Amino acid sequence: MKELILIAIGSALVNNVVLSRFLGLCPFLGVSKKVETAAGMGGAVIFVITISSFVTSLIYKFILTPAHLTYLQTIVFILVIAALVQFVEMFLKKKMVSLYNALGVYLPLITTNCAVLGVALTNVQKSYGILEGVVNGFATAVGFTISIVILAGIREKIEYNDISPAFKGSPIVLITAGLMAIAFCGFAGLI
Amino acid sequence: MNKCTERLYNGIIKENPTFVLMLGMCPTLAVTTSVINGVGMGLSTTAVLVMSNLLISLLRNIIPDRARVPAFIVIVASFVTITEFLVEGYLPSLYDSLGIYIPLIVVNCIILGRAESYASKNPVFPSIFDGIGMGLGFTVGLCCIGAVRELLGSGQLLGKQIMPASYEPITIFVLAPGAFFVLAVLVAIMNKVRARAEKKGRPLPPAQGCLGGDCSSCMNKACGGHLFSGQEKEGK
Repeated sequence: MKELILIAIGSALVNNVVLSRFLGLCPFLGVSKKVETAAGMGGAVIFVITISSFVTSLIYKFILTPAHLTYLQTIVFILVIAALVQFVEMFLKKKMVSLYNALGVYLPLITTNCAVLGVALTNVQKSYGILEGVVNGFATAVGFTISIVILAGIREKIEYNDISPAFKGSPIVLITAGLMAIAFCGFAGLI
Repeated sequence: MNKCTERLYNGIIKENPTFVLMLGMCPTLAVTTSVINGVGMGLSTTAVLVMSNLLISLLRNIIPDRARVPAFIVIVASFVTITEFLVEGYLPSLYDSLGIYIPLIVVNCIILGRAESYASKNPVFPSIFDGIGMGLGFTVGLCCIGAVRELLGSGQLLGKQIMPASYEPITIFVLAPGAFFVLAVLVAIMNKVRARAEKKGRPLPPAQGCLGGDCSSCMNKACGGHLFSGQEKEGK
């Protein structure tokens, strides 16, 4: 149990997926204009990464390892993730309409998000079991949500500031992200 | 200028993936802590890009249009796996410092972007040179960013002390926040260059990646947002 909590804190705060590992930058910069959409994106990412880390751990443990095909992990993972996101979207549309209305628009954005594949590969690299893999995936996604919601909050304020024309748009967002990364460095002593 | 050298020029200067098109930002930020890592990542990406452009261009009339993106992904992932094992076998120290970012070349938008916008529509030789040009352009970009970060962050270049001994290294530039700051300044400089080029009446090609705005305006059709949604719309 203690180990699981350490994994969770480690991937959510200390090694934050965006701010210290630079995975999932596209949605981080692209969908962070409003807190509401950022939270929606975060929700969708939590949902997809948790499921995908469960499925990829299962596949790795029960299919790839017994068949000695672990060298195919990258190919298998990216295809499984792409198919899985598609399947999740169809399932939500049919069975859970309210959840689909909240998250649906964001789901296709995540298909080849490097964070999803990154979590699956990290699980293998650190030889996590299935439970640890799911906890790691969930915590990583929570870390993503925390940082994207904070960034969106700051961006809503920045919008009315007087910024020199060259720094308008993505440069000022990157500087904001850099300052947030400094703040997140403070979590390093947590574990 | 014939087609092949035109492609090289286009990839390295005119549509440089890092400076002009702003593609592949995840590896750009993650592995540029030193010049040597940047070069290693750039050349690995080049190798994958050339091979995948070659194969996709050869198969461009065979792959059905609706299944093209999954087919591209399988091709790219295969070459990434091969590259990963080659780097692991022959350059173990580079493999250790790049780590998870080598398999993540699969989701680098430069590769799927070039497959989609060039290799799937053009003959084999120009596609190979397009891959070489874009790959070298990316390598140059990573190398420049890596040089700035290494010089400011540790006072060294390629492991050799460059700055005078009195220089106190600004360690933050080799840490994660420094990557964001360097990229921010780079994009700001490019915004200035872009504005000047537009005034002269010779506008640069627009930024295509994540830094161009939000995902809906993204030019990279192979990126997450467009991956399967396009096919879904056709299916309806």
